[in-house]
Amino acid sequence: MRAATSEIWSRRDFLKALAAGGGVLIASCADSDGAVFTGRDKLDPESWVLHDFLWLAPTGLVTILAHRSEMGTGIRTALPMVVADEMEADWDQVAIKQAIGDSRYGDQNTDGSNSIRGNFERMRRLGAAARDVLERAAAAVWEVDVRTCKASNHKVEHAASGRSLGFGELVEVAIELKPQGKSAIQKRLKDRKDWRYIGIGVGGYDMDAIVTGSAVFGGDIRLPNMLFASIERSPVLGGEVAKYDKSAALAVAGVEQVIELPFITEEPFMFQALGGIAVLARDSWSAMQGRAALNASWKTGAANASFSSDSYNQAMMESVRKPGTKTKDRGDVEAGLAGAAQKVEAEYSIPLLAHACMETPTATAEVTEEGCQVWSPTQNPQAVQDTVAQTLGLSKKAVTAHVTLLGGGFGRKSKPDYTAEAALLARETGRPVQVLWTRADDLQHDYYHAVSAQRMEAGLDDQGMPVAWLQRAAYPSIASTFGAGSTGPAGFELGMGFHNMPVAAPAMRTETGIAKPHVRIGWLRSVANIQHAFAVSSFADEIAAAGKHDSYQAWTKMLIGKKTSGPSKHIQRLLDVSEAAASAGEWGKELPRGRGLGFAAHHSFDAYIAVVVEVEISKAGELRIPRVDIAADVGTVVHPDRVRAQMEGSVNFGLSQALFGKLTALNGVIEQTNFDGFRLLRLHEAPPQINVHLTASDGTPTGVGEPGVPPIAPALCNAIFAAIGKRVRDLPVDPHDLSWS
Amino acid sequence: MRITVNGTAHDLPDVDPQTPLLWVLRDNLQLTGTRYGCGKGLCGSCTVHMDGMPVRACQLPMSATEGRGITTIEGLSKDGDHPLQDAWREHQVPQCGFCQAGQLMSAAALLEQNPKPTDKDIDAAMTGNICRCGTYQRIRAAIHTAADAADSTDQGDSKEGQR
Ligand code: FES
Ligand code: FES
Repeated sequence: MRAATSEIWSRRDFLKALAAGGGVLIASCADSDGAVFTGRDKLDPESWVLHDFLWLAPTGLVTILAHRSEMGTGIRTALPMVVADEMEADWDQVAIKQAIGDSRYGDQNTDGSNSIRGNFERMRRLGAAARDVLERAAAAVWEVDVRTCKASNHKVEHAASGRSLGFGELVEVAIELKPQGKSAIQKRLKDRKDWRYIGIGVGGYDMDAIVTGSAVFGGDIRLPNMLFASIERSPVLGGEVAKYDKSAALAVAGVEQVIELPFITEEPFMFQALGGIAVLARDSWSAMQGRAALNASWKTGAANASFSSDSYNQAMMESVRKPGTKTKDRGDVEAGLAGAAQKVEAEYSIPLLAHACMETPTATAEVTEEGCQVWSPTQNPQAVQDTVAQTLGLSKKAVTAHVTLLGGGFGRKSKPDYTAEAALLARETGRPVQVLWTRADDLQHDYYHAVSAQRMEAGLDDQGMPVAWLQRAAYPSIASTFGAGSTGPAGFELGMGFHNMPVAAPAMRTETGIAKPHVRIGWLRSVANIQHAFAVSSFADEIAAAGKHDSYQAWTKMLIGKKTSGPSKHIQRLLDVSEAAASAGEWGKELPRGRGLGFAAHHSFDAYIAVVVEVEISKAGELRIPRVDIAADVGTVVHPDRVRAQMEGSVNFGLSQALFGKLTALNGVIEQTNFDGFRLLRLHEAPPQINVHLTASDGTPTGVGEPGVPPIAPALCNAIFAAIGKRVRDLPVDPHDLSWS
Repeated sequence: MRITVNGTAHDLPDVDPQTPLLWVLRDNLQLTGTRYGCGKGLCGSCTVHMDGMPVRACQLPMSATEGRGITTIEGLSKDGDHPLQDAWREHQVPQCGFCQAGQLMSAAALLEQNPKPTDKDIDAAMTGNICRCGTYQRIRAAIHTAADAADSTDQGDSKEGQR
């Protein structure tokens, strides 16, 4: 083992090594706030700066801050594109700079399908404010009325005289001008018919870097003298190590240090580093080898060792078979059920799910006297800042949270526990440290999507329409990750398609059952909508089948109910996308046995989505999905190609979950450690055709990244029922026997 | 030992020859375009070429590359203009992008063997590459586009020249 601190290179040595072609990947050719990681977004010091978000260099280069994280939605391109549009900037002369975590940029938590919802108008105003200043600058230069100066394609023109000035030529004057305030700028927003990029789109900013392999993801940071760490964590949440062989780990070639991080044994676990035995080495492989040599064993008696999926899932289902805690109660459900012409009941369950981003959690940290710098693929750089500051006892200001590209996020990377690990190790060693989670670490220590059980009961009238509706849900809550003592679903989760499910029934009650947490529970792409939409849309199909009605027709009737005044605006939008999906998906076409269409629709993150899935099942039970039609009303479509991509991705993500998604626990330990145990959809299983149908709308933009997911699983299972008459109520589909004769 | 990557030979006397190629590329040669996704040959993120054949770098000890030529995403084309890279741009295939180096390397090996693959051929060649973001339909379309482009521009032996 070498001494930790004696070998630290100075920054200057590092730069010298670089200049000499030392081959070290540069992590940060830092500008004033050190936010830069690709070198393509270096700022010109002569720039005019607007609101710390936009820089215009005398060369004409416009640099726009991306304050949200890029995890595959295209947001790092789309928001700057909105700015460029309103500014009348030419996209080819725009560079993007990734922001560090800093509250002055506003909310940066790239989660909840909120980036466009929360920033579209704000980015429009930023662009318009820039355009406004540049037009005033030109007017000042020409000494003409500003109303005769018009910005267009990276220059300002004066039509009457035929003069024009490029944006870059206006920098010096612009610097002297004060940007106008919000209400003045609001009036200067472009008319939507004049949009040049919004509603049209541009190519992904990182496309070249991705296809040539130069894109910088979390694990690509290389700092001089950096150690690579692999951490052995307790297989049971909250457990502690009994013993391990430190010297065996140190004996592995390349291993330099073994450090025990304090074990967190009590809930709430929040964003804390879980603790563990860290093996630090000169490269990732040596660290993993050293870790294997630890041969750690664990103290018995950890509370969560009682967690085994079989018994847990059964107990959870039992709890929804009994009356639970009432969370919503309207009309007389008992009387409705008792007096119904027909009664339908069903129970649904979905297992624990992992995010399984292709890029496992990873983070790099360096602690110096000035503070801590971390580089990580994070959805939430301000939470990184907070968590690292708390972990190290530093002020928030002393923590710089750089954001790399994310190799997938899906909610996992909103939680900065892995950056806290890197920060702790960097402090302990006095050297830069990169922590890399293995796939097993990722699957066994996730913030999981909750395992759930739901029971539905409906009383139908003689038309087959529900008069009474009872639904019960049990699942461990995300709230349990942040506060001790949680025993079941929280209000914010029930608001995701449970309380607000769209079926009209004169009497309706919702109840929750008991489900205590034994692993960290977190939000996964579309969150509790996953289980709620599965239950509601599957059950609607069951009700239709019970009344021998066409499923889609019955669905539209169930949404409208007995209302004579016509559906609300909200329900109408759901009906409209339902119709769009049904017509595009050729609902009602004759299909032979073994083939079938399934329908589902769901509203979440302000968006309205409906899906028709077609399945083809051989007599032997082999399932194919030839085609999926997905209709989406997402309000104004800001970047059509990326919206389509998100819908395609959501279909595949939803199918992956529905067909294969399942994690199990035995004695507190998650049993799956890689993609052999936790299967994900592969190319040959993906539908050859996904048709995305976007509603033309000038409404407020909605969320896009998540809302496509929830209706996929129920539409698939409804299609299976249509094809062969078998009902899948407990996901995933894969273990079910789908053979028919 | 000595390893040849993208046409350049590197002597790595300090590296255990049993180290999987993936980590040699990433940690010793700073060629970070090849990515870790599973470490068990299950996801394809680490796909590179050895003498033109697709291999999973996480499963290949460095010793097995002795005397062979390794090509990584960084060496797929000189100017980032392999027909597949162009097709990837045209179809805007990537979402997060993390799996895409592996996808491109698998697809490139496929086209070397089979310049005009059918959907079935693509299924077979690409099934080892997981994309969690779900870009599969665009991957398939882009492979066809690249195959068509090669078909219309080259009548013969330019395949080797692509690397
Ligand atoms: S990392 Fe090699 S196949 Fe997954
Ligand atoms: S693009 Fe994200 S994993 Fe494939």
